[in-house]
Amino acid sequence: MPDIREALMVGRGSAGTPVRRPLSPHLQVYRLPLTAKLSITHRITGVGLAVGTLVLVWWLVAAASSDPAYDRVSAFLRSPIGYLLLFGWSAALWFHFCNGIRHLGWDFGYGLELDASRRNNRIVLVATAVLTVLTWLIALAAQ
Amino acid sequence: MANQNSPQAHATMMRSMLGRARGLGAAKSGTLHWWAQRVTALALVPLVLWFIVTTIQLSHQPRAAVLVWGANPIHAALLLGLLVAMLHHMQLGLVVVIEDYVHNARVRMLSILAIKAATASVLLAAIIAVVRLAVG
Repeated sequence: MPDIREALMVGRGSAGTPVRRPLSPHLQVYRLPLTAKLSITHRITGVGLAVGTLVLVWWLVAAASSDPAYDRVSAFLRSPIGYLLLFGWSAALWFHFCNGIRHLGWDFGYGLELDASRRNNRIVLVATAVLTVLTWLIALAAQ
Repeated sequence: MANQNSPQAHATMMRSMLGRARGLGAAKSGTLHWWAQRVTALALVPLVLWFIVTTIQLSHQPRAAVLVWGANPIHAALLLGLLVAMLHHMQLGLVVVIEDYVHNARVRMLSILAIKAATASVLLAAIIAVVRLAVG
């Protein structure tokens, strides 16, 4: 029994002879390579950081306004949800920072080869983890 | 007259005079967006490092200490640089996300305008706050 999807794979080569065409990767069954996962993570962390920017500006406006306004931001950021959000934003910021430097390298033509790309995947992930943990160790020790 | 089949003639014939004069491709825009994304990214590398160190230092301080910190003109200048670069970078990125995933032309245009209006408003609020901290 031939697969019904074969019907979509029929095409003609430049000589006019029928050829079996490959389908483009189907996102529901295609296992994304790590490089692709990091690529979409860059975008997701970017959108998440946009929300974090709103909280940063909220904090600045509150600091410039009054003690009660500042206390409200402090109370929010020192709540369990606040800490969770801050942790997420710090990790997202370090990832976007490290992967962004990698992007700048790509723009200069560095790190585009497969080997370098795989190595840099690891460097970005390890650097993100190390810098995030380090940030929190320093921040909590300073409290 | 040049040979009709030469690549040169083909390239000339397939584009309008206005299109050639503008020098823009199928995206109907130049490299300004892409370039601005990179320039702001580069500026944000040192500014974000400064921001993280500063945030850690201020995280255990009361508002009074934040007011003293914000009154320093160097801090205010760095803060303004950070906010301008960051919000511009953020706006550029969010617009690309909208362009990629919103396919209805009208909704796309309105979403992009909403992003720009929101970012501009947030930036203005942030600038006022920084200036207010700086001049007391």
